[in-house]
Amino acid sequence: MADSAIKAASDPEFSQAPRAPISRPPSAWQKGFDVAFRNGAHAFGLLVVLLLAGIVFEVMRHAKTAMADYGLGFLTRSVWDANRAQFGILAEIVGTLYTSLLALFVGGFLGITVALVLSQGFVPRRVELVMKNVIELLAAIPSVVYGLWGIFVLVPAVRGPAAWLNEHFGSLPFFSTRLSGPGIFPASLVLSIMILPTVTAISREALAAVPKRLLSAAYGLGATRWEVIFRVTLPTALGGIFGALVLGFGRALGETMALAMLVGNANVFGWSLFSPGNTLAALLANHFPEAGKVEVGALMYAAAVLMLITLTVNALGSFIMLRTTRELKGLG
Amino acid sequence: MANAALGSAVPDSNPPSSFRRSLGNPRTFGNAILSALAVALSVLAMFPLFSVLYMLLKKGAARLGPSLFTELTPGAGMSGGGISNAIVGTLVVVVVASCLSLPLGFMGAVYLAEYSGETRLATLVRFSAKVLTGLPSILAGVFAYATVVVTTGSFSALAGGAAMAILMVPTVMLTSEAALRAVPTKMKDAAFGMGATHAQTVLKIVIPTAVPGILTGVMLALARAMGETAPLLFTALFSDYMFDGKLGQPIASLSVLIYNFAGSPFPQQIELAWAASLVLVSIVLVLNVIAQIVIRRPEEHG
Repeated sequence: MADSAIKAASDPEFSQAPRAPISRPPSAWQKGFDVAFRNGAHAFGLLVVLLLAGIVFEVMRHAKTAMADYGLGFLTRSVWDANRAQFGILAEIVGTLYTSLLALFVGGFLGITVALVLSQGFVPRRVELVMKNVIELLAAIPSVVYGLWGIFVLVPAVRGPAAWLNEHFGSLPFFSTRLSGPGIFPASLVLSIMILPTVTAISREALAAVPKRLLSAAYGLGATRWEVIFRVTLPTALGGIFGALVLGFGRALGETMALAMLVGNANVFGWSLFSPGNTLAALLANHFPEAGKVEVGALMYAAAVLMLITLTVNALGSFIMLRTTRELKGLG
Repeated sequence: MANAALGSAVPDSNPPSSFRRSLGNPRTFGNAILSALAVALSVLAMFPLFSVLYMLLKKGAARLGPSLFTELTPGAGMSGGGISNAIVGTLVVVVVASCLSLPLGFMGAVYLAEYSGETRLATLVRFSAKVLTGLPSILAGVFAYATVVVTTGSFSALAGGAAMAILMVPTVMLTSEAALRAVPTKMKDAAFGMGATHAQTVLKIVIPTAVPGILTGVMLALARAMGETAPLLFTALFSDYMFDGKLGQPIASLSVLIYNFAGSPFPQQIELAWAASLVLVSIVLVLNVIAQIVIRRPEEHG
C-alpha cells in the first residue's frame, strides 16, 4: 500500500492526471430529494398515529347510536336477543375478566417459573436456548389451531377430572356444575398456554436485568439458589414481572378464536369453572358475520367496551415497564 | 470492571462448591425440591406444543395428498375435496395486507430511527405503534368492517387484507426500527463525510445494512398474519370457490376454514380442518425458522 502511494506521488503521469474528487457537495436535485424524503418519512410516522386514532374514532362512531339507544343499561344486563332488539353484555364483561384472570393465574405462575429456569442458571446454556425457542414457538401456533386442539384433545382430557371434582367438591361454587363440553375451564387453560410466552419473555428480560453483583453478594453470604431468588432476584425484578403479568392479562382479554371455540357461548355467567360462558371477543366473533343492522350497532358498542378495557390495561402495562426500566438503571 | 473481576472469582449462579452440602440440611433439601419442581413445571409448560404438533401430524397427515392441494372445499356431508381455495385465499389476503402494511411500517420505522429525534411527535408515534401491538385482532376486523365492508357494501378480500395489515404494521415497524438503529454510527458518519445527503445515507448505507433485521420483522409479521382468524371472520368471510382475481368478493382462508369446519358435525370436514391446520402451522413454523436464521447470520459490519 505505502509503496504504491509513494510511487503514485513521484510518478508524473499519476500526479498530473486530472482526478474527479470522490466526495462532493450534493446537487440541487439531491438536496430537493433529501427534503422530500424527510417529509415523506414524517408523513408516514404521522399516518401510524392517524391509524390508531382512526380505529378508535370509527368504532366509537358506529357505536354511538347503540350507546344512545341502550345507555349504560347495556353494561348491566345479560341478554342477547337480536329479534327483540334486547342487548346487554354484563355476562360477557364478567366472563372476559374471569377467564383472563384464571389464565393469568395459571399462565402467569408457569410463565414466571419458566423465566426463572431460563435466567438463573438452572440448566446448561445450550438447553436454555432450546427451551427458550420452544416457548417462543408456543406463541407461533395460531390461536384457531389451539381452539381445534382444545375441542378434540383438551376437553375430552379434562372431562374425567372435572366430573371427579364436581362429585367430591360440588358444594364449592367453582365445581358446582358438570363439564358438558366447552366451558370456562378448558377455555382458560388454552388461554393460559397462549399468554405464557408473553409472560415468560418479558419477565425473563426483567430477571436478566437484575445486576449480577447483587446476586454474587447474596451467594457470597452463603445463600442457597432459591434464597437468592426469593430475597434478591424476585424483589428486584418485581416491577418488570408485574408489567409482564399486566401485558399478559391484556393479551388474554383480547384473545378471540380459542375462546370463541371453547367457552361455550352461553349468555350467562356462573362461578363454576365447568359451566359454559362467553367473552366480549367471542361474542363479536360469533355474532358479527351474520348480524343485521340493529345487531351490528350493539356489537359495535360491545367492541368499544372491549377496546376501552384492553387499551387501558395495555397502557398500564407499558407504563409500568417504562418506570421499572428507569428504576433499574440506577442499580446497575 | 469490578463486575468482571467478581464474576471470574465467584461463578455467577453457582455457590462455591468447596462448602460441604448435604440433603440432610433442610435449606439444601428445600432448595433441591424447589429446583426439581421448577424444572418439572417448565417441561410441563412446553408439553402443549408437542401435543399440538403430535395431533397435527397424526390427524392432519391422514388427509395429506395431492387432492388436498388441488380440490375445492367440499359442501356439508360430501366426501373428498381439498383446501386449495383456502391456501390460495390465505396467500392473496396476505399479499394484499403486505402491500398495505409494509410501506407504512417500513417508512414509519425510517422516521422513528432516522428523523424523529426526541420530539413529541416521535413519542406519540412510538406510543401509537406500541398500542397497536396490543390491539385485539378482532378489533382490527371491526375497524375494517366499519370502513371497508360498510363503504363497499360487501365482504371482500380487500377488507380482509386491510384488517390483517393493521396487525402487521406495528410488528414491521418496531422490528425495522431496531434494525435501522443497530447500524453503526460511524458508517453513517463516513457517508456524511463524503457529502451524502441524509436521504442518500439512509437509502444507500443504512437500509442495505439493516436488511437482515428488517426481513426478520417482515417474516414474523407474515407468520403472525397468516394464522389470524378473528380479523377475517367478518371481513373476508369465506368462499367455497377458487379466487378468480376479483379482490372485491369474499375469499376463503385456511384459518377461517379451520374455524368453520372445527364445529362441523361431519367427520369429513373435521379431517380437513386438521389437514388445514397442519398446512398452516407448517407455513408459520417455516417462516419463524427463516426469521431465526436471518437473525443469527453473523454480523459483517463492525
